[in-house]
Parts: sequence; structure tokens; C-alpha cells
Amino acid sequence: MTDHAIEITGLTKSYGRTRALDGVDLRLSPGRIVGLLGENGCGKTTLLKILAGVMQDYTGDVRIAGHRPGPRSKATVSFLPDVSFLPERARIEECLRLYRDFFADFDEAKARRLVDSFGLETSLRLKEASRGMREKVQIALAMSREASVFLLDEPISGVDPLARDTLLSTIVGDLPEHSLVLISTHLVHDLEPVLDSVVMMRHGRVLVAGDVDDLRSEHGTSLDSLFKETYR
Amino acid sequence: MTIDFDPSRPIWHQLVHEFRRRIVVGTWEPGGRIGGVRDLAGELGVNPNTVQRALSELERDGLCRVERASGRYVTDDGERIRGLRAEMAADAADDYIRRARGFGIPLDHATSLIAERWTTDDHDRPDPTDATTRPADAKA
Repeated sequence: MTDHAIEITGLTKSYGRTRALDGVDLRLSPGRIVGLLGENGCGKTTLLKILAGVMQDYTGDVRIAGHRPGPRSKATVSFLPDVSFLPERARIEECLRLYRDFFADFDEAKARRLVDSFGLETSLRLKEASRGMREKVQIALAMSREASVFLLDEPISGVDPLARDTLLSTIVGDLPEHSLVLISTHLVHDLEPVLDSVVMMRHGRVLVAGDVDDLRSEHGTSLDSLFKETYR
Repeated sequence: MTIDFDPSRPIWHQLVHEFRRRIVVGTWEPGGRIGGVRDLAGELGVNPNTVQRALSELERDGLCRVERASGRYVTDDGERIRGLRAEMAADAADDYIRRARGFGIPLDHATSLIAERWTTDDHDRPDPTDATTRPADAKA
């Protein structure tokens, strides 16, 4: 056991001849909100999938919430993928039941509050919902676990500004106090005030990792500009 | 209520400024209780660790204190708050002087301008340095 919520050493993952992750080393402490930044195809989603325990067949050492990714870590890691993962034909009501049955740490009352604040009826069938509405349901479910690590893959790109604000205020004020939140995005600007640290990736490697306000002091610029500079 | 932060400067510095302003104008009353870190983070839309860092700075400056088990309170030292008000006003004066100098205005012109504008300008408008009253569409 270590004090890190995430501890990765020499993580490499290939798809055929393409190296998606190329020797990633990363340590992240609990109680932080970390932005995972990088261009399309830099390995963000692959990294999150491995951490979530939904992708195997990698080399290197990965620990999350004190476990190797697997059933024990999944019980305490909440993963919000950037694709739809709920059964198309289900109503929101049934999705709530699904989470209640699967996750002991699920706070159903909180999920209902979020669903309601997104203006959704629990009788709605997902296949009758728009893409943005489905994303809201997934957000409501994923954010309502008393997890120790939250892995959020592009959570803000697909929803309207109001839902984005709800999500962001949930992230800063309404998650378990010592949980780690790792958020991948390329919309750096919207997340600036919410993050306390950042991990920038390129070509399957970590380029920059550090405290956001320290980076601002050091470079005298916003993360957004630093991001653009780093990737120029 | 969220603040339009300048993302090119450390946000905790900007929070310290905002919290000092709240103390000076009395939004946070002398001796009053300050909300919890996470409540403030939710209200301002910023990271809780950043809020914590700003509050620690306020504590170091003697502008607030933490009472074990009951929370965080604004100082009730009136002298200290008056000192802070003078300090913030001096900073604002420095800004004005820097800009007046930049325009090439001499001291007597700059001071008479203040005296003249003091009563004629509409000073009931929201303070543009007060981030919480700045209209959302004022963003550059």
C-alpha cells in the first residue's frame, strides 16, 4: 500500500504496431482534481481505460486505490467513459437500479437529485433521449458514487453550459473529500479554475505534470496558453 | 456566483484579493463565521485546495482564525481591518498613479482630477474591480 491514489510505473500499451502508451510514469495523490490534457490520440482514453480496469494486456505496473485494476479496484473507482455504456432500451429508472445493484457505494438519492437538476424524467427511455441527455444520465450516475477515484473521460464536451456548471460544482464541492478526480479534456479553458494539477500527454508519454498555480507563476501564463505552447 | 478569474495569474492570489475585499467591505463581517472550504469552492467554482491555500494566507496575515471544531472566523480586530482597508486603498491609488503617469499627467492635475471626479462621477455603479458584481458579458 502507498499513499498515492494512482501509481503507474513504466506503463506501455500497443494496438498492433501502434504504441498508445509509451512508458508512462505517474503518481497522483488523493484529494486532488487533476486535468489530463493532450491532443486526440495522445493516449488519454487508453490510460483511463486501463486505470478503470476495462482494458488489459499492457506492460508495466499500475496501482489504483491500492489495487491492480480489477474487481477490487472497480468497487471503489467510478469511471465515466466518453461513450454510451448503458442499455439503450432501459429507462433512467432502470439505470438507477443497475447502479444500486452493482455498486455498494452508490448514493441513489444524490443521483436522483442530479437527474432532476438536469431536467430529466426517470421514466425516459435512453433510446428516446438525445445524445446530450444520455451523457447527463451517465454523469449523474458516475458522480453519485462514494468512490475514492473518479475517472472522467471528456465529461464536459457533450453537454450544455448549464449541465457543465452543475457537473463542475459537483466536482469541486460535492464529492468525497479525499477522492482523486482525474478529468481528461481538450477544453482546458473551461476547467482552469477547477483543477489543482495537470498532466499533459503527447504520443503516449507524459510531457508536463504539476501544480496548476505553480505552472501559472512559473510561466506567467494561463494553462490554456501553456497547453497551446506545449503542443505547438 | 462565480468569479471571472484571470487564468494567467495564480488563482489563489486572486482569491486572497477577493476575500480581503469581502472583509473590507463587510460582506464578511468582523468576527463572522466563514463558510467551509468546500462550500466556498462550490460557490466560487474553484478547486477546494486553491481555496484552502488562499484561506491559509489570510490566517497568516491575521485576517481570520480557525477555532478548533467550530470553524473559521473573520478577525474582530477593527484596527487590523482598518489597516487592510488603507492597504487596499493605497494599492488602488498606486494603480491610478501608474496610469496617470503613463498618460503624462503631472501630480497637481492628477490630484485635482480626483477632487473633481469625487463628487461628479456616478460612483454608485458596481465596482469594476469587484469580480462578483461584474456582469458575465463584461468578459474580454
